[in-house]
Amino acid sequence: MQLTIHEAQQLLKNKKLSSVELTKAYLERINKVESKVHALVTVTDELALKQAKKADQLIAQGDTHPLTGIPAVIKDNMCTKGVRTTCSSKMLENFVPPYEATVVEKLNSCGVVTVGKANMDEFAMGSSTEHSAFFPTHNPWDLNRVPGGSSGGSAVAVAADETVYALGSDTGGSIRQPAGFCSVAGLKPTYGRVSRYGLVAFASSLDQIGPLTKDITDCAIVLNAIAGYDKRDSTSVPSPTPDYTRCLTADLKGLAIGVPKEYFVSGMQSEVETSMRAAINKLEELGAKVDWEVSLPHTPHALAVYYIIAPSEASANLARYDGVKYGFSYGDTDNMWEALEKTRQFGFGDEVKRRIMLGTYALSAGYYDAYYLKAQKVRTLIRREFDQAFEKYDALVTPTSPTVPFKIGEKIDDPLQMYLSDVCTLPINIAGLPAISIPAGFADGLPIGMQLIGKPFGEETILKIAYAYEQATEWHKRKPEI
Amino acid sequence: MQHIALLARLGVTEAELERFREQLSNILENFQILQQVDTTDVPPTSQSIPLQNVTKDDKVAPSLPPDDVLANAPQREGELFRVKAVLE
Repeated sequence: MQLTIHEAQQLLKNKKLSSVELTKAYLERINKVESKVHALVTVTDELALKQAKKADQLIAQGDTHPLTGIPAVIKDNMCTKGVRTTCSSKMLENFVPPYEATVVEKLNSCGVVTVGKANMDEFAMGSSTEHSAFFPTHNPWDLNRVPGGSSGGSAVAVAADETVYALGSDTGGSIRQPAGFCSVAGLKPTYGRVSRYGLVAFASSLDQIGPLTKDITDCAIVLNAIAGYDKRDSTSVPSPTPDYTRCLTADLKGLAIGVPKEYFVSGMQSEVETSMRAAINKLEELGAKVDWEVSLPHTPHALAVYYIIAPSEASANLARYDGVKYGFSYGDTDNMWEALEKTRQFGFGDEVKRRIMLGTYALSAGYYDAYYLKAQKVRTLIRREFDQAFEKYDALVTPTSPTVPFKIGEKIDDPLQMYLSDVCTLPINIAGLPAISIPAGFADGLPIGMQLIGKPFGEETILKIAYAYEQATEWHKRKPEI
Repeated sequence: MQHIALLARLGVTEAELERFREQLSNILENFQILQQVDTTDVPPTSQSIPLQNVTKDDKVAPSLPPDDVLANAPQREGELFRVKAVLE
């Protein structure tokens, strides 16, 4: 199949296929490949068929949205009413939310068909999906390699054609890095563009929800459906959302694109660098004016800023898991403090504990100024640097990751090495900017992603560049054989 | 390490403490890079959008039904969450 949203939509509209038939085909595909890729924590087949029947009625009445009747996968950190939402953690293994996340509510109102909930690094903390408490997800381009993370399940579900598209969340690269590793499109919108209501919080000043899709047109269609102000998220921004499909034109004339040289870091794989240079040359051919000598000198500080701020916010957000209101609860004691500590000891996995420890340390008396406050100040400098660059350029372009997908197990015992795989993506969350990863090449059959970074609320510009590049290249048409 | 685990109310084994001690000191060492950055007169950034003091009208609106809210409770008693004794 490997249908895009707009292709599936044509089939449904022209009555070549019903949503029920389409949904059954995807459920069969899941049945066939899931034992190899392990992308889904929960397959919601009953719900999907119910939603598909309803979608077929809507289509018969001519009452449709571009997403009506089309299968989707949702990362398992977005609340789905009546469908368990685990965050791939033992802590929430049996948690069934009593309400829908805003993005899920919005998709439901479009007549979406949810086929499953995607595996992830526990509480979205990780870059390989190996930190899932249930099972690691495998990259469909090489089953011995990681799909990236934390939205690894979402990216693999799209790449392995278990769904037409998926939603992921991105705190330091968790949509873009797996999109790059799996050769799909993945967009992190500007902080505040998409409501976080019902997204299980990891680092509240960095988290943002976005689409993972088979092409750029689909990315714009899904963003149209999920973007916008929500009074239930006080950090969502009350500005109007454009129709993102209208900016998709294949001409880049008049656009200035900068290449920040600090992103071509030491330790970058030579094939990634070669692919990037070729891809940027292509942007130039398409009419963009490219400046290869942009400098963002605070880039090397972003890793430390991120790994202080994100764990600090996480340590506060995850204090809610106390075994009282929901989730795992250690019952084998009468002592309240012991129950609390044991609940968290057995409910959380290694990486989550590591980050809680790190964040608690950075916020503790005596260390707050040296770590947390210092990181917040350098955060200001990083944002200012981007603001200055965007006075001259419409977009910036970098690799999504310094390497192709690494082997399962390769970095699991070395947290710092794992953190370094997000070195190109996390500065963008620190500054709250929009960025997209798109397929831009292969090295020995393994995907390479290109990252386009936009001004705050400049999603249209990066979608336009991504679209023009996609129209001029064939990378997105290559599919893995499973 | 023990003190941090206590602050976080995180039960940890001796073996975990040992492992975390090594890994975290490696990570913290990497953070020293920030001390080279001059941040004199630079204000801290806590979030990246220009919104401040977002308020909403104090209006009564329906809440979730108590049964739905309590459905995930590990232990409930009627319409209450059951907790262990805080004061003994």
